[in-house]
Amino acid sequence: MDFEKVKAHPLYQPLLLGVTALLASVSLAWASSATKSAIEAAEARDLRDSLAQVLPAGFADNDLLADTGEINVGAEKPLRVYRARKGQEIKGVVFKVIGKGYGGEIVILMAVDTAGSVLGVRILKHTETPGLGDKIDIAKDDWVQRFNGKALDASNRARWAVKKDGGDFDQFAGATITPRAVVQAVKGGLETFAAHKAALSGETP
Amino acid sequence: MSASLKTLMKDGLWDNNVVFAQMIALCPAAAVTTSGTNGLGMGMATTAVLVVANILVALIRNVVSEQVRIPVFVVLIATLVTVVDMALNAWLHELYKVLGLFIALIVVNCAILGRAEAFASKNSVGASAVDGLAMGLGFTFALTLIGLIREFLGSGTLFAQAPQLLGESFAFLEVQVHAHGGALLMILPPGAFAVLGFLMAGKRALDNKLAARQNTAPKERDSVPSPLA
Repeated sequence: MDFEKVKAHPLYQPLLLGVTALLASVSLAWASSATKSAIEAAEARDLRDSLAQVLPAGFADNDLLADTGEINVGAEKPLRVYRARKGQEIKGVVFKVIGKGYGGEIVILMAVDTAGSVLGVRILKHTETPGLGDKIDIAKDDWVQRFNGKALDASNRARWAVKKDGGDFDQFAGATITPRAVVQAVKGGLETFAAHKAALSGETP
Repeated sequence: MSASLKTLMKDGLWDNNVVFAQMIALCPAAAVTTSGTNGLGMGMATTAVLVVANILVALIRNVVSEQVRIPVFVVLIATLVTVVDMALNAWLHELYKVLGLFIALIVVNCAILGRAEAFASKNSVGASAVDGLAMGLGFTFALTLIGLIREFLGSGTLFAQAPQLLGESFAFLEVQVHAHGGALLMILPPGAFAVLGFLMAGKRALDNKLAARQNTAPKERDSVPSPLA
C-alpha cells in the first residue's frame, strides 16, 4: 500500500497528532524530572548570593537558607523571613517585599537589623524600562545603597519618599514611578517589621 | 553542493534575511534590541534553536502529512525550546540568567516555524541544518546591528555588559563612546521601529543600486509580510 495514500487518510491525522502530543509530553516530563534537582540547587545558590549581598560582610555566621520562618503579618500569604544570627543570637532578618513599578511588580529583598535599621536592599526581579527605571538594579547604578542604615520612625515618616514628593530619595531623570515604588515598598517593609517585630525577630513559636 | 551551500548562506545573511527581507520575527527584533549585547544573545539562542528545529523537522518530514503539519511543527518547536530552557537553567545557570529572558521569547518566534514550513519540510537534513545556521546568523547580524545603533544613539555605549554574556575575555568589546546619555527615545520601542525602518530602506536602496549596476532587474523576493508576524 502506498504511504502517500495512508498519509492522506482521515484517520492518519488524529493519530499523528496524538503520537506527537504523546512524544512531546514524554520528553517534557523526562526533561523536567532530569533537571528539577539541578534547577532547585541553582536557585538556592542564587538566593544565598542575594542574601549575602543585603547583609554587611561578617554580619551573620549561620546558613540563612536553613533558618527560615513563616510569619503571619495579616497579608494573604505569611511572610517568609530568613534569620541572620551571630553566635545564637538573632541580629537581623531578611525578607522580600513587592513594589508596584511602572512595568509590573518589582521584587525586592531587604535586610533589617533588630533595631529596625535597613542593612541592605537589592532588586531581585523587575521589568522596568531599560535606560530609565532600571537604575534600581545594582548592576546599573548604586542608587539602592542609599537605603543602607536608614530607619523609619515617627519623626522622619514624611522623608521616606522621593524628592519630588518632599522626601530624601533621588528620583531618576525621566523616571519617578520606579524609585517611588521601591521607596514605598521598603517603607512598607519597615512598617511590617515594626508592627510584628516580636514575631519577626524572635524564634518561631 | 558547494554552490547551493553558498546560495543558502547568502540567502540567510542578506538576500532573504529574516528581519530585513522576510520581515518576520519583528517582535523579538524590536523588543530585545536595546543593546548590541542583547541582540547578540537573542541571535545566538535563536540560531541554536533554528538549527536543531530544522534538523528535527527535516527528519520527520516524510511522516508528517500535509493536513496537520503546522500543529505538529508547533508542538515540536515548543517542546524543543522548553527542554533547552530547562537544561540551560539546570546546567548552565550563569548563562541562563543572561539568556533566560530570550529563550522564552523564542517559542513565539515565527522565524522558526517559518523555516520549518518553507524549507526544512521540503529539504534534506543537511541542507536544512545549513539553512537554519544561515538564517540564524542573518538574524543575529540584524539584531546585533539594530542593537548597536540604538545603544549608540540612546546611551552612548557599544556592547554594554558584553562580559556578562560572553565571559570576561570579551570585556574589550565594551566601549563607552560618549558620556552624555543620548536620545532616550532610541532605547524605547519607537527607537526600534525607526532604526528598523531606516535599515530596511538602506538595504533596499543598496540592492537596487547593485542591481542597476549589473543592469539586471532586482530579484523579487517573497517579502510579503507574513500574517504570522
